[in-house]
Amino acid sequence: MSDINTVHPIDTESARFSVKKPEVCFDKQGDLADAERVAIAMKSFTRDFTSATAAYMESCIHCGQCAEACHFYVATRDPKYTPIWKLEPFKQAYKREAGPFAWLYRALNLKHEVTVKQLEQWQELLFDSCTMCGRCTMICPMGIDIAGLVGLARHGMHEAGLVPHELWAVAERAEREGSPLGATPKVLKERIEWLADDYSVEIPLDRDKADVLVTLSSIEIMKYPQSIVAMAKIFNHLGASWTIRSDGFEATNFGMLSGNVQWQRHTSMKIIEAAIACGARTLVLPECGHAYGALRWQGANLYGKPLPFKVLHISEFLAEAVRSNQIKLKKLEKTMTYHDPCQVSRRGGATTAAREVIRALGVELREMESTGDMNWCCGGGGGVVAIHRADDLRHKAFEIKIRQIDDTGAELLTSSCANCRQTFDDGQAHFKWDKTMNSLLETVADQLDTRPSGT
Amino acid sequence: MDLLEFARGPALWLSLAILFLGSAWRVIGIFRLKSKADFSEPRSMRLMSGAMGAIIGHMIPRKEFRDTEKIGTFIAYFYHIGLAITVFGFLPHIYFIERLTGISWPALPAPVVYVAVAVTFVAMILILMERLTDGVLRLLSNFDDYFSWFVTFLPLVTGMMVINHPFPAGAAPVPPLEPTLLAIHLLSVELLFIWLPFGKLSHAFLVFISRGVTGATFARKGAAS
Repeated sequence: MSDINTVHPIDTESARFSVKKPEVCFDKQGDLADAERVAIAMKSFTRDFTSATAAYMESCIHCGQCAEACHFYVATRDPKYTPIWKLEPFKQAYKREAGPFAWLYRALNLKHEVTVKQLEQWQELLFDSCTMCGRCTMICPMGIDIAGLVGLARHGMHEAGLVPHELWAVAERAEREGSPLGATPKVLKERIEWLADDYSVEIPLDRDKADVLVTLSSIEIMKYPQSIVAMAKIFNHLGASWTIRSDGFEATNFGMLSGNVQWQRHTSMKIIEAAIACGARTLVLPECGHAYGALRWQGANLYGKPLPFKVLHISEFLAEAVRSNQIKLKKLEKTMTYHDPCQVSRRGGATTAAREVIRALGVELREMESTGDMNWCCGGGGGVVAIHRADDLRHKAFEIKIRQIDDTGAELLTSSCANCRQTFDDGQAHFKWDKTMNSLLETVADQLDTRPSGT
Repeated sequence: MDLLEFARGPALWLSLAILFLGSAWRVIGIFRLKSKADFSEPRSMRLMSGAMGAIIGHMIPRKEFRDTEKIGTFIAYFYHIGLAITVFGFLPHIYFIERLTGISWPALPAPVVYVAVAVTFVAMILILMERLTDGVLRLLSNFDDYFSWFVTFLPLVTGMMVINHPFPAGAAPVPPLEPTLLAIHLLSVELLFIWLPFGKLSHAFLVFISRGVTGATFARKGAAS
């Protein structure tokens, strides 16, 4: 007998009247007892509480609008990916332990104690399915900075030993070796020698004094080394006094992404100290979104006082150079669309810098439908790209990007974040997509007009 | 002491005391915590303008979010404006406020208020239906959400029961024609006063704090909020 309804064929195999229980997938580090893990997580979460974070914890009206801003929810329509839900155990703990009516909640047991089972279950929500892109804040009628709260919750999860193991291992390696991808000072030196030789470009390493300290992302060093060549071409063309320092070159900060404040501090302090050691007046951050957030907005707070140098993302540095006519670019007769790295644009405030550079390239910029401060995340930020069990979910979210970009019909796809770039490369391979992500920095280096002025 | 005397006397004063002291306690609970010094170099110091921008800006969804599937986003305007018209535009309510504070203002024509009540009534039923049926809202919802809805809806219903009866003119506390119905209406409002500081209805004042904090923080970074 054939189905009479071919659109919705009769399913005779699946279990009836049953609720599909999702598989809870979590990792644990260390051998703490369950109760200890919960206590540590909650203590850590509330330890760094300020009046701003308390205001956020008090304010949610459960309207659910944040779901519509989250690529993981929109791609799956699974309510558990609603951004504010990702904080539920921490909201519960705050109300019970730290809020103004905590005594009432405890006395009447209106909010139960958080259990380790909850935290295990929430590991996926706090790490695998949140890139801390902050798009949800833009829709929240109460203006709650959910991404910032997820960052705080990650501190608690790390201290409790409840981090996805791949992310933990990458962060631990960064702490131990100085790089999450094995880009040790020795590897860096070899790479620079090789690049300088192959591309016939001078790449100053470990100069005692320099006006500009250039930092790199491990992803660039190991996967996109041509970015280093591009940096060198531009800085040399400018005649800048610049250097890369082997004692402080790694700008990616997996300590921050995994939730370990100490590791975050160590990574940031290395580059801060290197900049001070060489007397740099400007520290240039590479094409990396979270590196910008880590140093531009959090670096001084980890240092404990204002930084004695200026911190610029490479796109800001290029925008300044273009604005002041220090560099001229050959026109690129193409159409281009630009993917905003969330931590540089929406959460970093440098949305216009890349566009200034793009204008100087003379391309026709075709903005995506939701762009700039409202851009959809690539899905790989916040350490998500390092968590392989999240690949399927990340790929689903990536389909939003594919649609957005294809709709522009632009010939070139460009961004200014190596982490976005590797997420795009992975998405391109997975979907056999015909678009390749380009680096804004490398495009500028390729289009650099090196003719003497007036010719 | 009859029911109306109780509602106009001790119940009113007790509920108002809980409303104001509870709300103050909730705000103090936020501001008693430290605020961290931010040593990063600001892109802008127009923090107040950022805070005001976010307070006003978040009243209207950005264009990227206007095709959201949540009807609550759209319906919220109806019941917020409807409630404001009902509470502050209806003559007996103005008399009530005048009795308490001595402050009064011209009332809106009664038919306008009746339309506002009707719109609010329908809008509130719709948002409850959405909360009960939408997957995201069902997951997020707890006792607070349903009880807050109930204590907001109840004065609307009890108020409508009083509407059909003529009310005495003037601010003087003369005996109304339907004292029991009026007392029930007043008591339902007092229940709302008592609940407001503890649950999500306190977004009435928390909205300024949370939006303002985000607006100022993001303005410092030169980022949109």
